[in-house]
Amino acid sequence: MAVLRMQKVSICALKRDRKAILELLQMSGMMEIIPIVSEDSVFKKSDTILSRQGFERNAVIADQAVEVLQEYVPEKKSLFSSLEGKPLAGEAKLKSIEKNADASVDDAKQILLLNRQIAEDKAGIVKLEAQIESLKPWMNLDIPLTGTGTWKTTVLVGSVGAAVTLEQLYAAIAEKAPEIEGLELQIVGSDKDQTCITAVCLKKDEIRLEELLRTEGFAKPPQAVAVIPGTHVKGLNVQIEKLKADIEDSLRKIMTYEGCRDTLKLLSDYYRIRADKYEVLGGLVQSEKTFIMEGYVPATQTDGLKNKLEEKFELAVFVEEIPEEEDAPVLLQNSNFTSAAEAVTSSFGLPAKGELDPTSIMTFCYIFLFGLMLSDAAYGLIVFLACFIAIKKFPRMDAGLQKSLRLFMYCGVSTLFWGIMFGGYFGDAVNIISKTFFGKEVGIPALWFVPLNDPMRMLLYSMIFGCIHLYLGLGLKGYMLLKDRKYLDFVCDVVLWYMMLTGLVLLLVPTDLFGSIVQIKLTFPPFLNMLAKVLAIGGAIGILFMSGRNSKNPVLRIALGAYDLYNVTGWLSDVLSYSRLLALGLATGVIASVINQMGSMLGNGFIGAVLFTIIFIFGHLFNLAINLLGAYVHTCRLQYVEFFGKFYEGGGRAFAPFRQNTKYVDIKED
Amino acid sequence: MSGIVFALLGVAVAVGMAGMGSAWGVGVAGQAAAGVVTEDPSKFAKVLLLQLLPGTQGIYGLLVGFITLSKIGLLGGGAQMDMSITQGLLYFAACLPIGMVGLVSAKFQGQTSAASIGIVAKKPEQFGKAMLFPAMVETYAILALLISILAVSAL
Repeated sequence: MAVLRMQKVSICALKRDRKAILELLQMSGMMEIIPIVSEDSVFKKSDTILSRQGFERNAVIADQAVEVLQEYVPEKKSLFSSLEGKPLAGEAKLKSIEKNADASVDDAKQILLLNRQIAEDKAGIVKLEAQIESLKPWMNLDIPLTGTGTWKTTVLVGSVGAAVTLEQLYAAIAEKAPEIEGLELQIVGSDKDQTCITAVCLKKDEIRLEELLRTEGFAKPPQAVAVIPGTHVKGLNVQIEKLKADIEDSLRKIMTYEGCRDTLKLLSDYYRIRADKYEVLGGLVQSEKTFIMEGYVPATQTDGLKNKLEEKFELAVFVEEIPEEEDAPVLLQNSNFTSAAEAVTSSFGLPAKGELDPTSIMTFCYIFLFGLMLSDAAYGLIVFLACFIAIKKFPRMDAGLQKSLRLFMYCGVSTLFWGIMFGGYFGDAVNIISKTFFGKEVGIPALWFVPLNDPMRMLLYSMIFGCIHLYLGLGLKGYMLLKDRKYLDFVCDVVLWYMMLTGLVLLLVPTDLFGSIVQIKLTFPPFLNMLAKVLAIGGAIGILFMSGRNSKNPVLRIALGAYDLYNVTGWLSDVLSYSRLLALGLATGVIASVINQMGSMLGNGFIGAVLFTIIFIFGHLFNLAINLLGAYVHTCRLQYVEFFGKFYEGGGRAFAPFRQNTKYVDIKED
Repeated sequence: MSGIVFALLGVAVAVGMAGMGSAWGVGVAGQAAAGVVTEDPSKFAKVLLLQLLPGTQGIYGLLVGFITLSKIGLLGGGAQMDMSITQGLLYFAACLPIGMVGLVSAKFQGQTSAASIGIVAKKPEQFGKAMLFPAMVETYAILALLISILAVSAL
């Protein structure tokens, strides 16, 4: 349970070693570099942005090439590949990549070029197909679309509106221009938008005829093809075939690069690492022969890092404590068990300066409450086994994912435990199955009690668990205040509240109201009643006078105290909020029963059994999924709002070390 | 008329209204989620979780409806056909909280979820906080559920 102490490390070294030093730091991944802003006449920054951009571009090219390969030559991936994590690659491998980097980049560019060619060819095919499509109605035409003529005649080729008949055209022309003689109209084809015609007339009538036809909607064909349409389409088809062959050819060429996939992945990571290195390099201040850098390093690592550096290079390393005003980054360190819930803490916010890391205590509460909400032994077992198998099967899983799965594995155990306590095994599946298929109802009795039969009791226990959780939160606040030696704050903000709340609870328990709710009448001995009154009133008065102790004005001070006293309603709502333990616990059990009921309605024959199995499997999968989500969300809420609300604010900045930030492989030191 | 009519009406209110609210809420959140996924399909799992949050009210309604059905004997035979009107109205009243609160809270939880999906779209690392806002709205559905369950099982 700790936030790792950070130290500030300054390195002053020779310029000729700078790349080697940066490589060592990047490999160890233990130092967060502090960018130095100030330059002076001696120490200046060097501009690395150009080379950095070059590396980044190469990394992107390699990435894109990998994507192209994935598209055309997909790599076989199992269903669980996202659990597998990144494979390991030795440092020597990276070195060999470095040697052939240029050739590999050329390979990647070649792949992208081929990909672009394929895309262009595909676009070409689409264009040609559109042309063929638009020529379809003209296919019966046996002269070029541009129209030709003879010595004395002219042929007009074009289209008029849909569903126009020859009679209409002849009639229209005869009416308006009876002088045109020797007119020959012919329909060559039609589709839903147009009727394609040819008109043969004497040369002298050409202009007049075209005018008249235009009034009927005549238009020249969109493509002025100087050959017969049929021949032209044949030519287009040949072109399409050629493009298709080109695509095949490009595809075959891309296939030959399949073996490069791993190299390209490594290449991408190699350039990514180098780009990061150059980014840091650009932030260093350098004199003619030396350079200076600063960074935060976890205190446990500083000695090792210092020795390593001093062993290899001629340099000076200074280690100092971080000054008060500086905002050190936060890295959590917890035991193997409690580190599982680090993601829960960090998604709320890492501990701010001076705050303690609540993860370890929170882990226990999280697992406990999660189990209460899901509370079904069979579901617990399924969750546990699924997470356990995944963790064992994929040892190289991403560290964050592995922690989350471990958390759910523990939650599964807790769910199993509470399921046995409350007698939930797929809801009431045992009872239903035995009754439906074997004619005799047997059930596994609950070890403690069945919440559905006794909801008030469960509600009471939910609130008791809630009170313990909240008291724990307040206690942690007290611990933090004591650690900071703020004794007055400890008494006023923690002890007085403990007094008042405990007093109020003790006052509530012997009342008739409480007795009727839990159906147990408790009578306290008189001294305990007295003590309760003293605690409650003493605490309340203390809070009234002490809460606003920072205010000099006595009236304001009392007013602030009264306002703080009003927070007791906040405590009430916090405790009531734990009723969700009951609600969600019941939800799991009741929906499971609904599923079992539905399954059993189909009788106990063979078909009934088959349908029961199907409904059982899918129904319970659904119920498990929806209740896992509910339990996860509401357990988080209880931690974040009720528990953290008592003592924890968060707001720390995560430790972001200079490291090999790779995408495809993890680099292993040889 | 037998009181069981009112009891069954209560079941209908609990399941129906809470279910409508959830359908509404999940729908609103789903539209926002679909928008995010068109831009960045890798956020699918996160926005799906947020979309599902307003779905619980419908389940709470189902829960109360189911307990009521089994209390009045409509599941597994032995229905109390001769139930008094008073008794029936009592069941009806007991079902009201989760029906009404379920409807309203699911609707607003859906809108909050949609807003939280906006957080995930811009700052995916703030998922934990984004999830908390819709969970706040749900509290009141849980309180209503609690009273409905306690009332139905006490009858």
